[in-house]
Amino acid sequence: MSLELKEVEKKVGIETHIYSTNLKLEKNTINVLLGSTLAGKTTLMQIMAGLDKPTSGEIWFNGENVTGKEVQKRNCSMVYQQFINYPNFTVFDNIASPLKITGINSDEIKKRVGKVAELLKLTTMLNKKPDELSGGQQQRTALARALVKDSDLILLDEPLANLDFKLREELREELPKLFEDRDCIVVYATTEPLDALMIGGNTATLLEGNVVQYGKTLDVYNKPENLTSAKVFSDPPMNIAEINKSGDKFTLTDNNVQWTSNVNIKDGNYKIGIRPHNITTYKEGSNSVEINGKVLISELSGSESLIHFTNGKLNWVSLSNGIQQRNIGEDTKLHMNVDEFLYFDQSNRLVNHG
Amino acid sequence: MNFYILIKATDWLIMAKITLKKLSHSYLANQNNDADWALRGVDIDWKDGGAYALLGPSGCGKTTLLNIISGLLKPTEGEVLFNDKDVTTLNPVERDIAQIFQFPVIYDTMTVYDNLAFPLKNRGLSDTEIDSKVREIAEMLELTSTLNNRASGLTADGKQKISLGRGLVRSDVNVIMFDEPLTVIDPHLKWVLRSKLKELHQKINRTMIYVTHDQIEALTFADQVVVMHEGQIVQTGSPVELFEKPKHTFVGHFIGSPGMNILPCEIKNGQINFEGKILPTNTSFKKTNFNKTQVGIRPEFINFSNDGIQVKIKRVSDTGRHKVIDTECKSGSIKILASANTEIPTGSTYISFDQKYTFAYGDNWIIE
Amino acid sequence: MNKTFNQKAWYFVIPVFVLVAFNAAVPLMTVVNYSFQETFGSNVFAWEGTRWFKEILHSERFHASLGRQAIFTFIILLIQLPLGIFIALTMPKKGWGVPVCLILMSMPLLIPWNVVGAMWNIFALPDIGFLGNSLNSIGFDYNFTQQSGDAWFTTILMDVWHWTSLVVLLSYAGLNSIQPAYYQAAEIDGASRWDIFRYIELPKMKKVLTLAILLRFMDSFMIYTEPFVLTGGGPGNATNFLSLDLVKMALGQFDLGPAAAMSLIYFLIVLLICWIFYSLMMKDEART
Repeated sequence: MSLELKEVEKKVGIETHIYSTNLKLEKNTINVLLGSTLAGKTTLMQIMAGLDKPTSGEIWFNGENVTGKEVQKRNCSMVYQQFINYPNFTVFDNIASPLKITGINSDEIKKRVGKVAELLKLTTMLNKKPDELSGGQQQRTALARALVKDSDLILLDEPLANLDFKLREELREELPKLFEDRDCIVVYATTEPLDALMIGGNTATLLEGNVVQYGKTLDVYNKPENLTSAKVFSDPPMNIAEINKSGDKFTLTDNNVQWTSNVNIKDGNYKIGIRPHNITTYKEGSNSVEINGKVLISELSGSESLIHFTNGKLNWVSLSNGIQQRNIGEDTKLHMNVDEFLYFDQSNRLVNHG
Repeated sequence: MNFYILIKATDWLIMAKITLKKLSHSYLANQNNDADWALRGVDIDWKDGGAYALLGPSGCGKTTLLNIISGLLKPTEGEVLFNDKDVTTLNPVERDIAQIFQFPVIYDTMTVYDNLAFPLKNRGLSDTEIDSKVREIAEMLELTSTLNNRASGLTADGKQKISLGRGLVRSDVNVIMFDEPLTVIDPHLKWVLRSKLKELHQKINRTMIYVTHDQIEALTFADQVVVMHEGQIVQTGSPVELFEKPKHTFVGHFIGSPGMNILPCEIKNGQINFEGKILPTNTSFKKTNFNKTQVGIRPEFINFSNDGIQVKIKRVSDTGRHKVIDTECKSGSIKILASANTEIPTGSTYISFDQKYTFAYGDNWIIE
Repeated sequence: MNKTFNQKAWYFVIPVFVLVAFNAAVPLMTVVNYSFQETFGSNVFAWEGTRWFKEILHSERFHASLGRQAIFTFIILLIQLPLGIFIALTMPKKGWGVPVCLILMSMPLLIPWNVVGAMWNIFALPDIGFLGNSLNSIGFDYNFTQQSGDAWFTTILMDVWHWTSLVVLLSYAGLNSIQPAYYQAAEIDGASRWDIFRYIELPKMKKVLTLAILLRFMDSFMIYTEPFVLTGGGPGNATNFLSLDLVKMALGQFDLGPAAAMSLIYFLIVLLICWIFYSLMMKDEART
């Protein structure tokens, strides 16, 4: 089983919503579409589901061209950001609704609904109506409805966005487990890089209608092909600076911070990307370089501290473990972990990492 | 720069200490049990110029409490004092407060400038005063270039800045309150706006109260966080205190990501007895007559070791910076947080708890 | 957006096409046909070109009824919009008062138009009608069948009674969709009641008010049944509005050609004014 998009393009009027996209999703995988609002995640999902038609290009499912096939004839289900359930049905009837259409006998329905309800911790709520449930339970019901019918393709469009922080954390953790031994392709759209990392699987980074990179989630995170992909997949935002390399000497163009490294790239000008957690108030890694900064603001979150600071013309963000209180306007010294730098050439392609 | 702030500080001198005394509120006419109360016996003392957060899941009573402080709601019982003066029956205007809501509230037909000037015009300030104030605040919020645009044409974060600006222009404000102000803001802009808020607070030093369900927002913004659960305050403390020593299992669970591991245990001879082993702690427990006793340990404070508690590794998720490890022991599941380059053993292994951060809980409250 | 490529759904639209054809297209084409010809009965026609149009456009009778019509519609809008908004503002937002008000407001809308006309006719009769009798007994010389001013007064009063509810209901729906945060923020900003109306309620009601104005304009500009029953266009020609005049010409005098030309002009006027009004509103919308 596989879902393949071949040069799929979507235009609405003169605006292009999706630029020519090739993407192949394999059986039994969870695929995250990661990008900010309006990056094209929802459009791409609607094309995959058959709710929307591409302007050009083809969609192949299991070696069959399904480009014109209507959504009712495809075996897919979708969960939205809003909690969409039938308000007059009980949770049981809500979950059972996709099965009832297929005409399965009621004993079988009961069995399957029971199983899914248990998986999603809804067993005690089966006789309640959706408006008696919390947001988390309502979204669980919507998820259960998507899971109950053994779809080939399950599309989740920011399913956790409307949930409280803790509920989001809880459900995000359960999601990959739900799909573990299912014969289907899962597509999950989100704006949050952490969602992608927690869910694992594969990730496609999206920006303004382009799929920038697609691959194993950790590979995309650790080795972004280009600066765009690195920026999309970084929260807090990645620090980016211009550097010059000459021999084993590296210099930040903006402020003459220098370090040595045996990174194997030609001499010349590059951009580096440094994730905030690789700039810390303490030394980390075997090769680190000091950078001075004027503190803009420091934020504490219990176990971690974020320090925003300026150096030269640039604003930087650092993320350290523990409590690192700094006052506004204070001069502070931070350490950058050279081994974790990402190097991009002038056309923004990754040339070397670490 | 410092000189500037010093002069301006005189403008912000009207500030208020906020005291809440035995506040209770119910939306029902008759109350039969605890569940009928949205708020139960809330006591708070907030100093001038502090940054405070009310943190809790939906339905915990935090918005009710906020509306009582702002005067949009009258409490069923208890008092609200501003600078020791009873304001319980005063309306929002009389209390001189500013509030920023979940969704940006702007006056669609006005320009950004007129939006910011509106509260000052209503208070009868002169045009020159209004102009200097509006421009000063617009500068702070980086809205100067949009001052002459229609407010309705701005993006969500721009609109939310206007809502905030309308509170900041007024020098008579006792307290600025935020009701989940970043809900409609894109994740990559949340950072910017959050830092802006914190920066503004440090610059103008006015009392700010921030209501949210998001622990990161609460902890990064506030000096003192009030954690609420089922209409009650379960703990008030600095972000560090809440993280390092949760006074209630709910705080342990709610703060931190992933939350605290909480597992059943026994208290014997003033010590924690977990799965037949004594867990060393920094306290000796005297009181032991509880219905339920539990041990709490944060995932950050668990290490792999050669002996200790035996666990089975179930799943490892790599978040790039950390690894989150799901394990299982006889009493339940335990989560461990390890740095990204930690070698994770497979199958069965042993773990140990950092004794400084191991706590015992009796009926959900910390035993000390 | 091209949502689906299943074309079967179009079959469901066929009945509508057929209905629309019979309802709109066929009669309209008949009218167009008449408007360019002279009718001699028993299906004998003679081509007249644009003669009827020129005649109508230059006829004083048309000018007079168009003028009356415009004044009537203008007065109706001037009274019903502010009144409707005002009533909507004073209606309760919650509690038992809501359904009571909504039902009371809907009542006039549910009464058939000819019944409204007949009701008001009897109600306003100077000798036995409650309104007419009361007015006369307190010293007003009121007789809508004889005095044109009284006839206008009664017709406008009737229309206000019949249709203000529509404006009220639309405004009420618009007001209810405003989030409470807006009122709270305004209260905190120290806004007066007028400020709240001017800067929050009115802008937020803009869409429904546009709809209300369009509906009320079209309906009042084409008003027929009620004045027909109430005054029959009199006294004299005092309340002889466009549609009344049109029917008189077509059926009373059987001047089918001029009547057809007049209905086309009438139709184009309504269409033109609606279009101008709508695009003005939308232009404003695009700017924000």
